[in-house]
Amino acid sequence: MQAVSAAPETAGEAARPPAISLAGIDITFALKDGGRYQAVKGVDLSVAPGEFVAVVGPTGCGKSTLLNAAAGLLQPSAGKVGILGEGLAGINLKAGYLFQLDALMPWKTALQNVAVALEPQGVPAREAEERARAWLARVGLRAFTDRYPHMLSGGQKKRVALAQVLIRDPKILLMDEPFGPLDAQTRQIMGNLLLDLWAQDRKAVMFVTHDLEEAISLSDRVVVMSAGPAAGIVGDYRVPLSRPRDIADIRLDRDFHEIHRQIWQTLKVEVQKAYAAGEGRDMA
Amino acid sequence: MTSHSRLKITLLQVLVAIGFLLAWHIATTTSLFADPRKMQFFFSTPTNVLARTWKQLSGAEIWYHLGITLTETILAFVFGATGGVLCGFLFARRELLAAVFDPYIKAANALPRVVLAPIFALWFGLGIWSKVALGFTLVFFIVFFNVYQGVREVSQTVLANARMLGMNERQLMRHVYWPAAMTWMFSSLHTSVGFALVGAVVGEYLGSSAGLGYKIHEAESVFDVTGVFSGMLILTIFVIVLDTIVTMIENRLLVWRPGQSTTTANG
Repeated sequence: MQAVSAAPETAGEAARPPAISLAGIDITFALKDGGRYQAVKGVDLSVAPGEFVAVVGPTGCGKSTLLNAAAGLLQPSAGKVGILGEGLAGINLKAGYLFQLDALMPWKTALQNVAVALEPQGVPAREAEERARAWLARVGLRAFTDRYPHMLSGGQKKRVALAQVLIRDPKILLMDEPFGPLDAQTRQIMGNLLLDLWAQDRKAVMFVTHDLEEAISLSDRVVVMSAGPAAGIVGDYRVPLSRPRDIADIRLDRDFHEIHRQIWQTLKVEVQKAYAAGEGRDMA
Repeated sequence: MTSHSRLKITLLQVLVAIGFLLAWHIATTTSLFADPRKMQFFFSTPTNVLARTWKQLSGAEIWYHLGITLTETILAFVFGATGGVLCGFLFARRELLAAVFDPYIKAANALPRVVLAPIFALWFGLGIWSKVALGFTLVFFIVFFNVYQGVREVSQTVLANARMLGMNERQLMRHVYWPAAMTWMFSSLHTSVGFALVGAVVGEYLGSSAGLGYKIHEAESVFDVTGVFSGMLILTIFVIVLDTIVTMIENRLLVWRPGQSTTTANG
């Protein structure tokens, strides 16, 4: 499924190739009425190993689309997707993907949902179950292993999804507004849980959100995308905040306010553009 | 049902039954409307029907007929559901097949299946298989459409997630498509079991030598109205028992479903 090494020119250049490298990405959709909609145009973005990058942008700007290209769930119309130095063809199996909406199999219990993630790797069922149990304990769901998704709260479902993704130990994490549907307090708790788990082995993360505060408090780098159509990157900021962080406390930090002010200058323009173009159009 | 208590509703329900039986009794045993003997010829009396029903249920013969009908129902359901699941599954996963066969499936489903009964009697004889075939044609389409729809409408997010977990086609089939298909089959369980029974009884009614439909038809042909009503009552009890069992099975199999609703529709 991998192979087709599309980027031989970058192979020897760096000791550690970027975890994700998007080069000249265009993404165009064919619309039902026969027209075409260019969601993303000419995006270059690279995420280093161990780096936590947040992508922010107005609703419908194509940031989720870009993430799906990195996941191999959709094929860009132009440009190259490189994963750990290799060209991507098909599904990106080196990445774990945390979805915005419910992605758990509703007919499986929490334990089964997590354990099944190991099946494609050929882990025997008994061992998979043991490891799933351990992971559920790590995300604080020891007492909920036998619950079906509909018996869990929104935050608990996200915990299961997180365990399901992390049990495979992917090198890269792709997240599409994963905490979007949760209430403010649960978001903070989940944010801290994510940072705790991430700090243990520092996977490369591409985290898509429209919430700038969430982006800054979690990430090392914030990338701002312009309003669609033909969205591109209009800003790239390093977050000068030390780790470990507490999501709730860090928002009171002076540096947090400074970087927030800087990024918001750029983001505000795009949000207003998107708003002027009609709020309803949601291509994300 | 807003503020009315359970007890009150039950009492009123019992009252309706008593009122109905009483009206029936008065109409058929007094000369209020017509000559009681004439009335009884057409409508029998509640006491006669109940007495006959009791007598039948305590005898051995009716159980034989019930057994035949039950066998036909179960066979029609099993074959119809299996066929419906397999075809629904196949069509949902093969776009071309679905597109090509679409008008024929719709046409076949539009046909009132009862007209097939004589043909089935000709092909499969007057034994149980002609009834199973009739029930099959009813059950098949219900399950087929449900499964077809269900597999096609599997949540795209669940599917994308499973693919991101690295599942191959076979694993997607086992963990995503198959459970989705089964869910939809079970959600049509009440309807399809009901139709399997309709197929069996209608088939028996139109030509057979055993089964509840045959019993009712037999009573009818000698103007034994008491026999017809008592056969209908036994059939009703049979359906209620069957439906209760289906509900129990459903509750066991669909534990993962939130606030599941039951579809009750017996033809």
